[in-house]
Amino acid sequence: MSSLSTELTRRMAIYEQFHQINKWGDTFNGEDSPKTGSSTVLQVDVRLENKAEYISSEKTEPPRSDQETNKPTDKIQRRLAQNREAARKSRLRKKAYVQQLESSRLKLAQLEQELERARQQGLYISSASTGYFGLSAAANAGITAFEMEYGNWVEEQNKKICELRSALQAHITDIELHILVENSLNHYCNLFHIKADAAKADVFYLISGIWRTTAERFFHWIGGFRPSELLNVVMSQIEPLTDQQQLEVYNLQQSSQQAEDALSQGIDRLQQNLAESVATDLSSGNYRAQVAAAIDKLQALEGFVKQADHLRQQTLQQMARILTTRQAARGLLALGEYFHRLRALSSLWSARPREPA
Amino acid sequence: MEKVTSLASEKGVVLFSKSSCCMCYAVKILFQELGVTPMVHEIDQDPEGWEMEKALKRLGCNGPVPAIFIGGKLVGSTNEVMSLHLGGGLLPMLKPYKTLC
Repeated sequence: MSSLSTELTRRMAIYEQFHQINKWGDTFNGEDSPKTGSSTVLQVDVRLENKAEYISSEKTEPPRSDQETNKPTDKIQRRLAQNREAARKSRLRKKAYVQQLESSRLKLAQLEQELERARQQGLYISSASTGYFGLSAAANAGITAFEMEYGNWVEEQNKKICELRSALQAHITDIELHILVENSLNHYCNLFHIKADAAKADVFYLISGIWRTTAERFFHWIGGFRPSELLNVVMSQIEPLTDQQQLEVYNLQQSSQQAEDALSQGIDRLQQNLAESVATDLSSGNYRAQVAAAIDKLQALEGFVKQADHLRQQTLQQMARILTTRQAARGLLALGEYFHRLRALSSLWSARPREPA
Repeated sequence: MEKVTSLASEKGVVLFSKSSCCMCYAVKILFQELGVTPMVHEIDQDPEGWEMEKALKRLGCNGPVPAIFIGGKLVGSTNEVMSLHLGGGLLPMLKPYKTLC
């Protein structure tokens, strides 16, 4: 008997607490159920509500001695029902949330698989969050940095072209024009610098030409434009030339073509050597040495890209040396516009309407 | 070192190379195009190859190959030869040693 009354007293105290909490919940949420954050409260509620049911089924009759105890009992019963409902709703929400998490997890795993498959096929997938190109973390960072820097370079290049164009139309002094020409040449130097950094990260990225637009990629030669391409574009725009200049231009065209040919043949030889070493039957037992030799050959590519860029830079410098300031300005403008048009052509090409397959 | 310097003075145009080096092959092609036949020493096939390599590095050739000597004097590696050629300075240097007209 005494245990029952203490039990009742205890229950009353706890119900009183719940009553307070629910009231507070009502005031703030306009809902009967407390927030899911207070799940412990609900859990306790669940246990107590079971107990309440158990105890009420055990007792023959509830204490009817006071009217006071009747009113709180009704309120309490209502609160208990509301709590039960709230707990049920909360459980359902939690279940839905967990299911959502599970399906997202599955989807993520699927995407990662697809990404891995695509990477193995040699596709570069730029991803801001993972930045993963199937390379080491340092190489990834290098290539991601290059993409950003190259984007900036192109933007800056477009500005420089506009500057040159308006300067030539405005008939500014040779001294001022010289500054613009130097500026333009330095900007190309910057390009070669950022390319050198990218080559350290992954030379194959540069050689693939994936960082250039479609039409540019058609003319791609060992990681960039051909020096002869550069000269052809410039020289067509800068008549008239003095006899001395004509001779020097001719010599420059000859020497750059010869250098280009030499590098082309060198890289062909490299391809041949690599193919031979990879095609060799690896069961001949010298496997490790062969693989090491193949890796060395791939490494040699870095040297070729470096020399190709060096050739591009030298061609630009020599061209600027041979020409007058005004001629150099016109030449650089022509070069800049040429690449700009190639890039624009690439955009048109990508956007052209295609027949459905 | 003595071997390198003595070999370098033996002929007008001397190229130190390695048989596996494709950049050396590119330089050989360039000289061919210019009508010059350099004296080629494949240091990977030379018994004193390792010392020659060290000597070339000490002279400043980081490759260490290709290393080009004209008239007994070191011109440099691919970089220097290319710069020289585009600047118009290589042909005059090679003139006394041209095998073809």
